[in-house]
Amino acid sequence: MEKIWEGLTQAAMLIVGFDPDLMEITLLSLRVTITATLIASAIGLPLGAWLVVNRFRFRRVVIAIINALMGLPPVVVGLFVYVLLSRSGPFGVLGLLFTPTAMIIAQVIIITPIIVSISHQAIRELWADYHDLLISLNATRRQRIATLIMDGRRALLTASLAGFGRAIGEVGAIMIVGGNIDHATRVLTTAIALETGKGEFGMALALGFILIGLAIIVNLGVHMLSRTERGSRW
Amino acid sequence: MKFKSLILAAALAVAGSFASAEEFKMSVTTSFANSGLAEVLLPEIEKDIGLTVQLLIVGTGQALELGANGDVDAVLVHSKKAEEKWLGEGNGTHRREIMYNDFIIIGPAADPAGAKAATTATDALKAIAAAQAKFVSRGDDSGTHKMELALWKKAEVAAEGEWYAAVGQGMGAALNTAAGMNAYILADRASWLNFANKADLAIAFEGDPALFNQYAYLPVNPAKHAHVKADAAAKLEEWLVSPRAKELIEGYKIDGQQLFVFNATAN
Repeated sequence: MEKIWEGLTQAAMLIVGFDPDLMEITLLSLRVTITATLIASAIGLPLGAWLVVNRFRFRRVVIAIINALMGLPPVVVGLFVYVLLSRSGPFGVLGLLFTPTAMIIAQVIIITPIIVSISHQAIRELWADYHDLLISLNATRRQRIATLIMDGRRALLTASLAGFGRAIGEVGAIMIVGGNIDHATRVLTTAIALETGKGEFGMALALGFILIGLAIIVNLGVHMLSRTERGSRW
Repeated sequence: MKFKSLILAAALAVAGSFASAEEFKMSVTTSFANSGLAEVLLPEIEKDIGLTVQLLIVGTGQALELGANGDVDAVLVHSKKAEEKWLGEGNGTHRREIMYNDFIIIGPAADPAGAKAATTATDALKAIAAAQAKFVSRGDDSGTHKMELALWKKAEVAAEGEWYAAVGQGMGAALNTAAGMNAYILADRASWLNFANKADLAIAFEGDPALFNQYAYLPVNPAKHAHVKADAAAKLEEWLVSPRAKELIEGYKIDGQQLFVFNATAN
């Protein structure tokens, strides 16, 4: 219990003091995860809608696989991306291993299934309402997907935010492909793992509190910008 | 001698101020990073030879694997057998011994197994096994883990059973586990002194030369991986065996205790 107070006071001191190392790892955490969320949303939201409006033979199997992939252990994803990006792997020449780009790739793989799955679920309900209208308007498949994404944007925001939440707190994959290099690929979660390893529980908890605070600020910010969850509106 | 090293230092300082920092990746063991020595050496290396050394802190097994795959430019580890096997596979150019520190056996302050009375490390382990006292093993193929296994072999004790917990984690995480279980554990002295969560643990055994832990520097073979920075690796090696490095390594103390003994020899 005492450690938690120590963590809280240390967190406050780090924030008030504008600790430069903290700023660096926090900004990198945000940069990596926001980029990964944007890319994963660009893939996942249309894919979720596409799975709703299309009927094909293995649809159920594809959806089951995507749902199962939500449970993919990050360490496995990390290892997979490592093998691909390693100098001895197929994309080794790109020299991407141990860079923020590698971390973004790993996070995109981890959160895309989540975004697809949640958006698929949300759009399916909307499709039930829109189905007859869009068919009677003779809308093309592309137009149907665009309409569903546009009108379902609030629910889809939840899908993206769920992806963001998983990515910002993820440590297993980015530890392997990022390497937790000081001043290069160290982010909040890998720094927490490092401090825990040193037995510096107070500092580790402090970083944990900052991470939670950051996630709350991002979520609030998104709701404010998109004008959702306001008191005056249902 | 002093004059010579002064000139060398000055020359390096001048050279360093002109050279723009080059990035160099080196995989090192957790015990080296946890010791805190890296934080002393890296800024000096950057100042002296203009090399920004980026550390990948992993166990010896993974450190060598990263080198074998060409994902780092050099490796700094402490497990001679594994290093020689690695060199034998053509992964590196050579092995250069830099320094050593020592392992210690940590255990509950009350020492229920009576390891303190032992005269050798193997006797201490025998006492722990005989008492079936809880023992935490790194179990992660690291240099420390390999040392532990070698000691059990020498003690002719089968390290298995309910009392023996292999956690498969780094030094810090394993120490956290030992602190939580109030168990014995083999650790390097540097990690122990820097470890903040000591709980009820204390040093149970130390001082046997069998516990010495040699660190060696191994540049990755440019013939196998053409992209590795062989020139920078050579420059770094030169620095690591220099009088300047000796001074910094031997001057590094925690609680007044010197942690590393420099033992690199000139070529």
